Order: sequence, then structure tokens, then C-alpha cells
Amino acid sequence: MLPIEFYFDAAIKGLLTGSVYAMLAVGLSIIFGVMRVVNFAHGEMLVAGMFGAYLVFVTLGLDPILAIPIVALVMFLFGVALQRGLIDRFITAPEHQQFLVLIGVALILTNGLDMIFGPDARNVQVPYAFASFEVGPFFLDNVRVYSAIAALALIALLYLFFNHTLTGKAIRACADNNRGAQVVGLNVSRLYAITFGIGAACAGAAGCLLIMVIDVTPHLGADFTLLAFTIVIIGGLGSMTGALLGGLLIGVSEAMAGILIQPSLKSSFSFGLLILVLLLRPNGLLGKRSS
Amino acid sequence: MTTDDKTLKPAHGIGRRQFTGAAIAGAATLPVLHPLRLVRAQAPVRVGVLLPRSGFLSAIGAACWRGAELAPNILSDMGLAVEVVGADTESNPDTGRTQAERLIREGVDMLVGCFDSGTTAAVAQVAEQNGMPFVINIAADPAITEQGYQYVFRNFPKAPTLVMRGLGSINNLFEVTGTTPRTTVFMHINDTFGTAMSRGIQALAPRVGVPYEFLDSISYDPQARDLSVEVSRARALDPDFLMVVTRLNDAILLVRECVRQRFDTMGIISPGSPGMYEKQFADTLGPYAEYATTSVPWFNPTSPITTELQSQFVAEFPDQTFELNPGFTFEALMICADAAQRAGSTNADDLVAALRATEIAEHPMYGGPIQFDEEGQNPNIDTVVVQIQDGGPVVTAPVDIATAEAVFPVPSWADRG
Repeated sequence: MLPIEFYFDAAIKGLLTGSVYAMLAVGLSIIFGVMRVVNFAHGEMLVAGMFGAYLVFVTLGLDPILAIPIVALVMFLFGVALQRGLIDRFITAPEHQQFLVLIGVALILTNGLDMIFGPDARNVQVPYAFASFEVGPFFLDNVRVYSAIAALALIALLYLFFNHTLTGKAIRACADNNRGAQVVGLNVSRLYAITFGIGAACAGAAGCLLIMVIDVTPHLGADFTLLAFTIVIIGGLGSMTGALLGGLLIGVSEAMAGILIQPSLKSSFSFGLLILVLLLRPNGLLGKRSS
Repeated sequence: MTTDDKTLKPAHGIGRRQFTGAAIAGAATLPVLHPLRLVRAQAPVRVGVLLPRSGFLSAIGAACWRGAELAPNILSDMGLAVEVVGADTESNPDTGRTQAERLIREGVDMLVGCFDSGTTAAVAQVAEQNGMPFVINIAADPAITEQGYQYVFRNFPKAPTLVMRGLGSINNLFEVTGTTPRTTVFMHINDTFGTAMSRGIQALAPRVGVPYEFLDSISYDPQARDLSVEVSRARALDPDFLMVVTRLNDAILLVRECVRQRFDTMGIISPGSPGMYEKQFADTLGPYAEYATTSVPWFNPTSPITTELQSQFVAEFPDQTFELNPGFTFEALMICADAAQRAGSTNADDLVAALRATEIAEHPMYGGPIQFDEEGQNPNIDTVVVQIQDGGPVVTAPVDIATAEAVFPVPSWADRG
């Protein structure tokens, strides 16, 4: 029998990892909530963000957390351009067409990164990469603690943006009632572009945080897209708070599965949780019930 | 044969230009008229090399590929002709199978690969179905050569052999250093290779007579993004040392997590798996990579072919380290070229007969002559103990080829930063 503090230790680690997962999932949730488009290239955008943070680190020597504004801005502009140039044409298209377009974007991103960076794993060695805080019987590594703080701060910023700025409120209006937003004169196309840009920026920011935890290769994207979907579906599609809750839940459940069963079954535990939520609350834990 | 201009005079209305044109056209069609076998016997043997050059095993796949890149020139100097055709398995058995089928359609004479056991098992099936000679460079799952395949040959130890020799080497390390740990936690990947190694350790540890107790066996996904909980679980059991079976990325994650959790043991030892002797491991972890110990098939530093191979490797890839991945890939191509030369043909059955009769005494990797038994397995590959010291792998056992003394128990993490 393992000591009880070990279970707390695992839960805390799960919460820290889950915060970063939440940052990734929030972007996907925002895009779907407003545009009703499922971004199948979200994991690949995260990987692009990881490579962005890596580039900033090797060229400017900037810590990935400090590189977030640069990477997020670049990813925002990429997202806006992608929405304006491509996605906008498919907003009213059947879902399977949107799906194919975004899978195409994902393939181009993956292979483009492969051509630029090659298949080798890249990592960023920050000075505190091996350091940890000792809190009673627990060791919390600096990287995860800083990443979790940064992720929660960014989610809080997004919350403030959507609730206390005119643009944020306008985007929410589009999400609540698209036709009503058009009737009152909102430029929906522009707001969609901003929304997609914000979603891509979230993926970029999450990439900056994750590059400190894991090494990046161009082919990581699909796994993270799946992870983001799982989180968003558990939390409730389109709900920012749901994405946060889903991220934390997945982080903790994977950690506890590692102790209670076998670490190699962590992912199956997440998918088990997903099936359970779909059976009991098909709209997710904080999703709105469809009328 | 010489030509005389006088004989090319237009005696029958055929001018010199027409004759030259006809000669060129005739020469161009000659190979078509000759039996294919005769023409191809004069050409280098075409070998399709299947490696995980992208995906989560890409770093190791790239290391193997360096051995394949060097092979044509070095083998040519030895009088052996080989043409290498590369294919990427994307670290995925299904892709490996598809790529093998494509290479066979494109007309390669033999296959080499595939580093990981899952993909190798899939490609072995394709090779057997298509009657294509297949030489395995690296893959340890015993089942691959225990199915009565006729076209599959393996120049790498099976998992039980790796485990047997690995556990024996670890016992020897404890004897030599005068420190015998009493407990261990076994952490391993859960892919085909990791599972085969785990089964081997469970079955063979009592037979080898290990002096330590296994407190727990923790398996994890080789593509794991985070090993914090796994390491916490091991730390809670307070073992004397950690026994691991890893790939590269998870080996880095594992050691990083041990440092972060200040989880000090007498050492981290692998009874035979990749990861901890690789350049990226040492580069990424710096001082924390030091003293990671692996019992593994390795190159023979005293062999003249190894010396040649190493010098060309350093010239071609100055930023890389020569280790077993390029070594075994080169050796697999050497086996193919040798068989093709002795067969005098690229006919699959002739090549297989030549492979069965292989007897190569001088070769780069440590062990006896390269031979294949009735299963297609080379039983003569030996293992050595390598430890990371001063940023790179050094051989600490056996004594006849050791270049450094083993360090055990290892210094604590705090004493290295």
C-alpha cells in the first residue's frame, strides 16, 4: 500500500498538467462555440507554437513563457489569415467539407514543419528545467508550476476579454445568436476571423508552455487534437469554463489512473471518462442542453 | 577488341553514321534481349532499407539511416556492391507494411529494417508472403524468427538473450564494484519490444539468480508525454536502483523526472534497450545523463572494419556519435552485399541460400562470426556494458574491450548540477 501523501502528490501533478491541457482546449472550444467549426488542425497549430517557442529560444534566448506574446501574436495573425483566406468560404458548407479542409490544413502544417525542421525531436532547456519546489512531502517541478500559473493567467485574461471588452461581447453575441448579431450590424465575418485568430493564439500559447515539458517533433499534432477534443467534449463544446474543468479532470484522472491501475492505461481511463460523460451528460459537464 | 575504320566503309550501302547509330541502338536493346538475371547479377544488389525516420522513433531511425548512408562506399572499397533504397515507416507498423510492399513492387532485391519489433514483425510477414529476403538490423521480439519463416534473417539478439546477458552483466557490475543493491523497481515501455523484455525478465531473473527483489513493475506508453506519476510511484517504493527498458524520448522524460523529484538511487540500469546510450540523451540531460548504464550489443572497438567505419562516420557526421544503431544497420547491408556476391545473382532463392551459408568473421559489431541458424537467427552476437561518462558512452565490460571503469553507485543528482 502506497502512503496517502503519494495520492495527493499525484493529484497535484495532475492538476498542474491539466491546466496546460485546458489552455489548449480553450482555443478549440472558442472556435467551435462561436463559428460552429471543429478545428481538426488544432493539435498541429499547437505543434507550430512549440516550434515557434523553440525558434525564439534558440535565436533570442527568450524563455518560452516570455515568448508567449510573440508566438501568440504570430499564431493569431496566421489564424486570421487562414480564416479569411480559406475557412470563411466553408462556414456554411456541410460539416464533412469543413472536416476535410481542416484535415488538409493539418497535413500541410505537419509536413511543412517536417520539411523545415526535420523529424528530430527538439527541446528547450530553461535554467530551471531540473529544479523543483519542496512543499512538505511533495516535490513540484518548477516547469509545471510556472506553466500552470501562466495557463491559468491566460485563461483568466481570455475570460476578461470576452466579458469586459466590446469586441469580446460582440463575439459572444455572434455565438449566442448569429442572425441577431448580423441584424444589429455586427461585422460577423471580421469577428469570425478574430475568433479563429484567438483560437490559434491559444494553441500557440499552449505550445510555448508544453515545449518545456515535452520534446517537440512535427508529428505530435494528431495526439493533441484528440486530447483537446476529449477535454472539450467532457467539459461541454463551446464552454470556456467547461474546457478548463475538462482539462483539469483529464489531468487528475490520468494521474490517478497511473496509480490505481497501470500508467500504460492512462489514456484508456480518459476515454472511459469521455464515454461516461457522453452517456450521462451528452452535452458535456457544462455544455448547454440543445433545445 | 579494337575497331578498324576500314571495316566500316560503306561496302553495302551502310555509312559510318548509320552503323554507329545502329550500334548504339543495338547496345541499348541488349539488356532487354538478355535474361534479366544475367544483367542484374552485374549490378549492385538493391536493398530497401525500412526505418522509422519520422514519428516518435525518428531520432533513432535517423541514427540507423546514417549507417545505411555510409554502407555503399565502404562496402565498395571491400569489393561488395550495394545500392540502398530508403523508406520511412513513420514509427508505425501499418506504414511499414505498406512501404515494404511498395519497395517490393519497385523491384528491390532484399529488405533491411526496421528497428522496432512491431514494424519488423509486420514487414517480416510481407517479406515471407512475397518471397523477399529480409535481414533484420535491430528488433528483439523472439516471435519474429520463431514462426518458421524462410526468408527472414536476424542479426540482433532475441529479447530473452538480451535479458539473460543483460541480467548477467548487471550481476557482474555489482560484483566488480563491490556494491549489491537489494531492491529494484522495473519501469518499461509497453510496446512489442518492452513487453517481450518484461516477459523475459520475469521468466529469467530467477534462473540468472539476481540478488535483488523486484518491488514493482511499472509499464507505460513509449509515446508518454509525462512520466511524473510513474516516477512518483517508483519513488514511493524507495528502491535501491531502477531497472528500465526504454526508447529515447521516454528515457529523457524519465531521468528528467527523477531529477525533479530528487529521486536518488544507486543507479539507473537497462538490461538491454535503446535510449540511454544515445547522443540526444546525453546532449539533452547533460550531467544528469552521466552514469546511465546499459547492457547492450555494441560495436567492437578493436575490429579494423569498425575503425574504418568510425572514421568515415566522424568525417561524414561530425556532430553525431557512432553507436549500435548505425553499426547494426551497416552490418545488415554488409550481410546482404556479401550474400549477393556469393550468390552471383539477385534471385531471391539464391540469395536466401547464400544468407543461410553466411560466415563473416570480420565485422563491426561485438561477437563471434556472423552465421544464421535454422531459424534465421545469428546466435553469436554478444553484449557489452556501456555507461555514459564525460558526455558519451564508454564500454566498461567485458574487460578485453573496456575503455573505462564502471561507476556504481552513482553520485546523487544534487552533486552533479
